[in-house]
Formats: sequence, C-alpha cells, structure tokens
Amino acid sequence: MRLNYPAHVRVVRVPCTGKVDLIHILRAFEKGADGVYLVGCMEGSCFYEQGNFRARKRVEHAQRLLEAVGTGGQRVQMYNLSSGEAPLFAQYAREMSERIMALGPNPAKLAMDVRQGKAA
Amino acid sequence: MIVAKGKPLEEIIEAVKDCDSILVAGCNECVTVCEAGGSKEVGILASALRLYFLNQGKKTQVGEITLQRQCDREYLIQARESVESYQMVISMACGVGCQFMAEEFANKPVQPGVNTMFMGGALERGVWSERCQGCGSCLLARTGGICPVARCAKRVLNGPCGGSSNGKCEISKDVDCAWQLIVNRLKALGRMDDYEQIIPLKDWSSDRAGGPRKVVKEEVRQ
Repeated sequence: MRLNYPAHVRVVRVPCTGKVDLIHILRAFEKGADGVYLVGCMEGSCFYEQGNFRARKRVEHAQRLLEAVGTGGQRVQMYNLSSGEAPLFAQYAREMSERIMALGPNPAKLAMDVRQGKAA
Repeated sequence: MIVAKGKPLEEIIEAVKDCDSILVAGCNECVTVCEAGGSKEVGILASALRLYFLNQGKKTQVGEITLQRQCDREYLIQARESVESYQMVISMACGVGCQFMAEEFANKPVQPGVNTMFMGGALERGVWSERCQGCGSCLLARTGGICPVARCAKRVLNGPCGGSSNGKCEISKDVDCAWQLIVNRLKALGRMDDYEQIIPLKDWSSDRAGGPRKVVKEEVRQ
C-alpha cells in the first residue's frame, strides 16, 4: 500500500496520544509549526483506556488557548483511526494540510522570521 | 491544601499586554497539587503569552520560575535576581503567595495568575471540594469529622434545616446536605447521643468577622 500524503507533515511518534501534553502543542507553535494534529486510536480502543480521550481534551484546551492568543484554534485537531486504516491516515494528513494552507503560516513564525531578518 | 484555578487567559493578557518583560512565577506547594500554578502551568501560561506577543509583533520577554513556596520570604528572596530583571510578575501562587511576592518586591507590579478558591482536597483527578473555612475554632470533634461551617450553605450548627431533602441541600441537587452526612456518620460511629446535644452559639470572633487574623506562637518565635 504505497500511499502518499503531503511531504511537509512531520510525524512525531509517541507511545500513546495520552502522552501528548498541552505544553508540547504550544511549544510546537512557538517553534514555528503551522498546525498540529494528533492521530489517536479509535475512541474506546485505547490500550491505556483513557489516553485518546485525554488527548482530545488537551487538544480542545489548546484550541481555546490558541484562539485567545491570536494563533487560531483551527490549527489544532484531533483525529482517531485504527492501525489498519492507512488510507484514512493519508486522508487526514491531506485534510489538515489543506486547512493549514488555507489559513496561511503560523503568525508567530512570521514574526520570528521578521525578527531574524528571514522575511521574504 | 489551598485550591485555586487559573484565571482566564484573556484576563491575564489584558493585564500584561503593555509590558516589555514578564516573569511568570509558580509555586511548588498547593497550587502545584491542584494543577493551577505549578511549573507545568507556568510553562503553559508563559508559552501562550510568548505566542500572543509574537502574534502582536512585540518583543516582550516572558520568563519562567517556580519557587518552593511563595508564602515564605526565605524562598522569595532567592528569586530576587530573576524578579528584578523583569518589569512585571505574574504570580501563579495562591492569594497568600501573590501578596507575599508583592510585599517582598514593593517596586514590582504583581498580577495574580490564578483565582484562589478555598481550602479543600481532591475528590478525584481534576475535582476538588471545599472542606475548611478557617473559622478558628474547630468543631469537627462534635460533628463526626464533617464540618458544618464549610459544608453547610447556611453554616447551621444544629442541623439539618428544612431545606434538606433526600440528603441534598436546597441550593443544588449536586450539593450534599452536611447535616445529613453528619447524622449518617454519627450513626455509623454509634454516637447519636452527641447529635442530641445542642451546640452552643459559636464565637465567631476567631473567624473573619474579627478582622484580619494573626497566629503568634511564642515558643518558636525569634
């Protein structure tokens, strides 16, 4: 199954989406990420029982914070799929990529680029 | 412990938006346990503020520090160098820590980062409940270890009142009637005779009604 998904999606592997904390999502934006999405197991199928539910709550919290600081809550999203759904993984990557393309770059990254003289 | 909850980010941003440098100061005690103002919450608030200022095109510096305690001067003075190098401090400690911070660094504006709620404990992860109002004269020995001052909406000392229904308080179906809990507990202890004894008028002068309070322990005072 040679599936394609956008090359600019950087995959960070974690043992469970429950490992991802709010600070990880915020730091990603501080470091210039244009969007962050978590892909967890199907709800009810978490090996650790609550991991993906916790991740969803953290994503929702991140959305509220990012909305408040002007980055935009739409740049963070939670997805769920099973390990046998590779086409869905690729679809989510394209979906998120298209959303971020429409939103444009992370405004904080643009500000950092201006500060460092990298702005186009 | 003292239970607090984080202030809305919008309120904090409004208070600090014109600053050039901000130190977010956490506390390793109660507010860490109730997940409102420990090093983790300090990191989250500082990160959110950095993003806000970047998005606004401002060069505001946001620093982080977490003290062992903010309600003790011996720990506050250790942070003097950090505090002095910032224009403003957001104290993530309870109202006590925040005030001690403001008193220790009199020339530094101190903004609270949390709303201090009550003295209580954790019922489960993420749920805290009030247990003590610091009235200054503890009644728990007479009430089976359940406080009518903190847990009865009316602070009734000889309850329950007529608003108790099916073990719940009239103010909300989610609030247990403290006196129902007390009766249940005294029954379980076989001490219903205690319930029959009227608790006399309470001396509220040791409560907040007597004004700001102070405890002096001469045997340890220096």
